[in-house]
Amino acid sequence: MRKTQSPPIVQAQALWKRFGPLAVLKGVDLNVAERELVFIIGPSGSGKSTLLRCLNRLETPDEGIITVDGIDLLSPKTDINKARQRIGMVFQSFNLYPHMTARQNVMLALRKVQGRGRDEAAEMARAALERVGLGERVDHYPAQLSGGQQQRVAIARAIALAPRVMLFDEPTSALDPELVGGVLSVMRELRESGMTMVVVSHEMAFARAAADTVVFMADGEKLEEGPPDQIFGAPRHERTRAFIRQIDRH
Amino acid sequence: MGGFENFAFSFLNMKVMAQYLPLVAQGFLLTVVLALLIVVAGLALGLFLALTRSFGIRPLNWLIIFLVDLFRALPPLVIIVLLFFGLPAAGLGMSGFAATWLSLTLVLMAFSEEIFWAGLTSVQKGQWEAARSTGLGFVQTLRHVVLPQALRITIPPLTNRTIAITKGTALGSVVGVSEILGASQSAMSFSANPSPLMLGALAYLVLFIPVVAFGRWVESRFAPKR
Amino acid sequence: MDEFVSAFLNWDIVREASPILWRGLWQTLLLSVMVVPLGLIGGVILALLSTAPIRSVRLLAAGWVDLFRAIPPLVLLVFLYAGLPFAGLDIGAWGAVAVGFFLNTGAYYGEVLRAGIGSVSPGQTEAARSTGLTQAQTMTHVVLPQAVRNVMPDLISNTVEVVKLTSIASVVALPELLFQARQAQNVTYNASPIVAAAVAYFLLLWPLVRLMSRLENKAMAGRR
Repeated sequence: MRKTQSPPIVQAQALWKRFGPLAVLKGVDLNVAERELVFIIGPSGSGKSTLLRCLNRLETPDEGIITVDGIDLLSPKTDINKARQRIGMVFQSFNLYPHMTARQNVMLALRKVQGRGRDEAAEMARAALERVGLGERVDHYPAQLSGGQQQRVAIARAIALAPRVMLFDEPTSALDPELVGGVLSVMRELRESGMTMVVVSHEMAFARAAADTVVFMADGEKLEEGPPDQIFGAPRHERTRAFIRQIDRH
Repeated sequence: MGGFENFAFSFLNMKVMAQYLPLVAQGFLLTVVLALLIVVAGLALGLFLALTRSFGIRPLNWLIIFLVDLFRALPPLVIIVLLFFGLPAAGLGMSGFAATWLSLTLVLMAFSEEIFWAGLTSVQKGQWEAARSTGLGFVQTLRHVVLPQALRITIPPLTNRTIAITKGTALGSVVGVSEILGASQSAMSFSANPSPLMLGALAYLVLFIPVVAFGRWVESRFAPKR
Repeated sequence: MDEFVSAFLNWDIVREASPILWRGLWQTLLLSVMVVPLGLIGGVILALLSTAPIRSVRLLAAGWVDLFRAIPPLVLLVFLYAGLPFAGLDIGAWGAVAVGFFLNTGAYYGEVLRAGIGSVSPGQTEAARSTGLTQAQTMTHVVLPQAVRNVMPDLISNTVEVVKLTSIASVVALPELLFQARQAQNVTYNASPIVAAAVAYFLLLWPLVRLMSRLENKAMAGRR
């Protein structure tokens, strides 16, 4: 397994997050090695999306430690905007900027955060869009693209910043079934190029084929963790077994 | 006298305020009466025009659209001045009160017609078809199916527009109506002290803050769901 | 009928008065070009404050907006023009109009823009922040452009109202269109100059009113 070869690039320890009286994360640990693909599964309300959103501080945990690529994410001294460039994020609802073309969507952070010139940013944006198979669509507005194409633009927007880690929050859940494949193949290509990825998703077939590690969460806790063969083939925990059975029935 | 005392003497002079309170209170009553008359007449005329428009009689509709555009484009003060200073030239004298009432009623009529009409047209054709298919007549469909749906989405813009136009009653002071502003302006010149104006401003706040708050509440209550 | 025409549509009198009417129209345009940006600046400030992350700031902004939505603009203007000099502060007609419109129309633009900012989904901010954009950059490049676009009909409608409202500057003797028309009427004892001014206002604002009612109909239809 690759995991033992290199030290973790993402380290989260004992994360607690409460929304009012409700504890969504109850002391969760997560380690991700470089070039590893970690897949997080679990029933809705299990805290998996919250965990992912903590990893680039869109949510701030109440307690715990998060280090990404050697940066202490929760320290007040950390420049979070600088840190976030190293952590790409892809959302369930794409969240493309509707008033900008695909190319402008990708260019914005290159220009404003990394301070690159217009031509250089445009060229980098074109390259990123080409990589996700949308080289022909650079000047289209989001409304002119299908859901799958929009999600690929969103991936391009993240990878153009050359992140060390990519976070995917249910990237295919809002897509019609026939559009899922295009997004998954982009993710597969990213994985083969050695990108470190943390994915929250219900695409079990993709998890089986591509994940190094599968994490099962329920009720704000990490119940089980292991290679896909083990989690899907011989789950140890009763709740994992029940969850997998239910998913397989669909 | 120090700076603050000077300021207090000018703007918060209790003696002057007490003296002219009755005058401003009268103005307050006049403003309320004028505002209510405008709201009742303006909204009724607006709804009437919108309903007339829904019959789809071409020349009539053009006339309605022109009227609405006219009174949306003209500043209310221009209409007031025209009615008050202009009409006597044709032997048609009109009191300042009547001129202010008529002007603002026409303006509210125009704005509310547009809002009612937009509300009516926003109810989908399927609603009409469904109601008519069950044997309801045109007027019955309008009354029981279309209007209830239309009114709901017109309420927030209608409330805000009505508030804005009713505030125009202050324009009556230009043509000698002793509503709040008119009364406090005369009090200011009698007393050579602007405290009555502060009293007037306070009267407007007492009158309109609840209305504005009501408008906010209506807006959140009827907000379209995303 | 002849009497009516000579009292209201007297072409000779309008022609005689036309130089000062033109001057008035010019002042009205100048006034609009001054107060619309002033109101917009006030509006942007208020909209940002009323969507600020601190609750007390939001409440303060909302109170400010309600205050100036409750006070009729003419009352504000009279206070600034005729009241303030008692405190030794004479800012003149232009100054009173500038401050009054900044406060009044700023509150209205502020409400419109606040609604616009509220209409942009929180996912937009999250996406922008996740790529490392700061709060301010997110506001300028991502949220505000969408907010403005979403409330464009209301912005245009508000702007028409502001231009119409410039007519109240006549009350403080600022020589804009209505004021000049009144002067001409006083000299000629004839209402035709006021009718001419009304026609000028109508021609100036009618295209915007048409555009507005089209946009409003569309917006209402889209609400369902």
